[in-house]
Amino acid sequence: MKPLNNTIKQTQKNFRDNNMLKQNIRKIVMILLPILVLTGISVKAQIAPEFSNKILPDNETYFFFIADRLEYYSIEGLNPIIGDVQGYIGKDYNKFWFKAEGEALTAEKEGEMELQGLYSRPVATYFDVQVGLRYDVAYNSVSSNSRGFAVLGMQGLAPYLFEVDGSIQLSEDGDLSGSFEGELDLLVTQRLIIQPRLTTSVAVQKVEEFGVGSGLNNIQLGLRLRYEIKREFAPYVGISWNRKLSETADLAKLEGADISVFGVVAGVRLWY
Amino acid sequence: MKKEEKTTTKISRRTFFRYTATIGAVAGMSTILPAYAFSNFKERDVLEPTGAENILDLTISEIPINIDGKKSKAIGINGKVPGPLIRLKEGEDVLLRVKNELDEDTSIHWHGIILPFQMDGVPGVSFDGIKPGETFEYKFPVIQNGTYWYHSHSKLQEQLGHFGPMIIEPKDNDPVEFDREYPVILSDWTFESPYDVIKKLKKMDGYYNFQKRTFGEFFKDVSEDGFSNAFKNYLAFGRMRMSATDLADVTGATYTYLMNGRGPESNWNALFKKGEKVRLRFINAAAGSTFDVRIPGLKMTVVQADGQNIEPVSIEEFRIGIAETYDVIVEPKEEKAFTIFAESIDRSGFARGTLAPGEGMAAAVPVLRPRPSRSMKDMGMKMDMGDMKMDGMKMDGMEKKDNAMEGMDHGNMEGMDHGNMDHNMMGMSGMSSEPVKHGPDRHGLGAAAIADYQFDRMDEPGIGLGNDGRKVLVYRDLKSLEPNVDKRKPEREVELHLTGNMERYMWSFDGKEFNEVDGPVEFGHKERIRLTLVNDTMMEHPIHLHGMWMEMENGNELYNPRKHTLLLQPAQRISALVTPNDKGRWAFHCHILYHMEMGMFRVVQVSDKNGGIY
Repeated sequence: MKPLNNTIKQTQKNFRDNNMLKQNIRKIVMILLPILVLTGISVKAQIAPEFSNKILPDNETYFFFIADRLEYYSIEGLNPIIGDVQGYIGKDYNKFWFKAEGEALTAEKEGEMELQGLYSRPVATYFDVQVGLRYDVAYNSVSSNSRGFAVLGMQGLAPYLFEVDGSIQLSEDGDLSGSFEGELDLLVTQRLIIQPRLTTSVAVQKVEEFGVGSGLNNIQLGLRLRYEIKREFAPYVGISWNRKLSETADLAKLEGADISVFGVVAGVRLWY
Repeated sequence: MKKEEKTTTKISRRTFFRYTATIGAVAGMSTILPAYAFSNFKERDVLEPTGAENILDLTISEIPINIDGKKSKAIGINGKVPGPLIRLKEGEDVLLRVKNELDEDTSIHWHGIILPFQMDGVPGVSFDGIKPGETFEYKFPVIQNGTYWYHSHSKLQEQLGHFGPMIIEPKDNDPVEFDREYPVILSDWTFESPYDVIKKLKKMDGYYNFQKRTFGEFFKDVSEDGFSNAFKNYLAFGRMRMSATDLADVTGATYTYLMNGRGPESNWNALFKKGEKVRLRFINAAAGSTFDVRIPGLKMTVVQADGQNIEPVSIEEFRIGIAETYDVIVEPKEEKAFTIFAESIDRSGFARGTLAPGEGMAAAVPVLRPRPSRSMKDMGMKMDMGDMKMDGMKMDGMEKKDNAMEGMDHGNMEGMDHGNMDHNMMGMSGMSSEPVKHGPDRHGLGAAAIADYQFDRMDEPGIGLGNDGRKVLVYRDLKSLEPNVDKRKPEREVELHLTGNMERYMWSFDGKEFNEVDGPVEFGHKERIRLTLVNDTMMEHPIHLHGMWMEMENGNELYNPRKHTLLLQPAQRISALVTPNDKGRWAFHCHILYHMEMGMFRVVQVSDKNGGIY
């Protein structure tokens, strides 16, 4: 305010005429007014942040884990325990997808396991393409055997709401094979759900040490009835029929194994 | 009726919040409820700006709450959920100081208020948000009147109770006559963390839907529609990988629906004296719930929508989308209790209160109606006559006829002015108006589906409504009381499609989540724009544009209603005329909180010819 007072005083000296003085003050006011107005609306003149598309949690990383089947399979003499889990960590468009499926006999030391680590990316509304590696191990009391694969697969929701997962695998020895899995949820009530399930696999080459023949290997049909105590926790009972086919069936026969097994399953489905 | 309303010059409103009963009458009630949650709230419980600067202070903090006897934690404003009733006057400059006592950032957005964009309260768009311990001063001139509300625009705080009502008194006489008034804030509450809710939806989209179609329902549909029709319908939904029961993402399975912060058990009370005109200012402040509101035994006259006066419409029920407001007048002629009943759209629960001549009264609470199913039309499919027999479509056709007829019966002949005739005429022509075909762009995988055919639907009250003989409000009914100011034809059209992928729980516009777009939607300052919104999804979305009115084109021309939020039905195409009078960056988004957070959000930038926004 001081400089302003000085200015006014000085102008007073310089001008004899009152009118001229008034005019001059008007001039000063004209100069000062915008400054005053600017301070007055300082709130309005605040600078807003620059445009950013990173202000929402719309591209977050999520972790998902599901044990679709953790079950006891009641078949005579073998009674295996079966685990089928998978899940992901990632965002809408880029995910690391892991899958593990295994079977261990309770009666004797024998089992097999399949582990997969995949990069998963949506390519259609309901489908992800998955590429990665798979590692299979089979063991019994005397030996174990393993092999690795490169995997290319598609997983998603097919028309009529079938959850499907199909893939082709190329083993480290150059053997080509494919597998398919499909399941469907049918609601008896809001919490009681019937789930038919089909899996099958096919191979181009015969790989004897893994009991794989060329052509259609097997078909597995299951029907599980689960009760969702919580969405995340559902015990179930069901039936499962597993039939080895063509050359694979022949190999099984040679080993003295059953080519067709049928039994009751009981287990739990859970996810996080 | 209309004439009378318009020429009324004196305010006949006798008292505001002056009731004879005392607070003590509601002993044992939680003190964190705002006073208007009690029937007898007093003037001192209304927050009005004070002093020469018109200052009003709000403090945001975490508070314990009690919903129908169950304890939880919420975010309160001045220690209340919902926040205090803010009462402003049109024409005054206000200074609203908001202090953040949370240990995270917060904000307040003044919903529907026209103000400088830096005062709009959207972190990252209009300002930086309010840091813990900080106070932000919102300063703006109040240049409108009506019923509005305010809420957090930070993270999921709105789901935690961070919202409240705001009423702006008109500068001139209120054309609406009433003797007493109540804000009626509808909301939803979950005892889960809303951040867990989002995770669950992301992993399993139908997590909260416990009303899916079962074998039992299939057999019921077979018996009603015949095997062929029922089977075809189920197959069609299966083929599209859509759920016919997808009505709400988050449901009564986790939500308790609240009226003025109180659960159905706690029965919010509003008092009246026989013969009084009671103005109920409904505000849907829910995070994820659309409500259908009725007061059995009373007709409601809708006088305001989204804070803007409309020509009175007499109805028995209305649907209120999230963030919408409707003011209705009721005139109880009997000394008895009436239930204010607000059903969630999926019929998984309800909010409820009682309008009564005395404290603690209750009337019969209606049973929830059956959960409706989505129709082929909701999937954007054009119906041939064969399909007409299926599902909702038959009812759609019927309800239109019903509504038109009801309108004739109920509206007394004196009230039948040109406007009303127009509504019905428009309704008829609306029925025959050809659906618009979707363009070649299918919006990528962010859009699970598109509406091949987009419908006007202005005469349809929405799914599950209008087929039980009640007269239900439709968007065509909304006719502004005052003509719109800008009479120009639109210079430019901006079309945005509402898209989503329920299975992946991705929500977007034009198939792109907000993080996928490089810049704002550009509007010119004072440009006349036609904003066209197309709902490519199978769900309702309340779309809110900040900072400017959307004059919804419902055939009322100069009297098209001004709205801040448009509730789009599935496969609906709505256009609105917009004049961006205020420069700046404005948020534009779906007001289902979880959809917004998942990316159904845009920034609209209003700039002058030089690109300036200040």
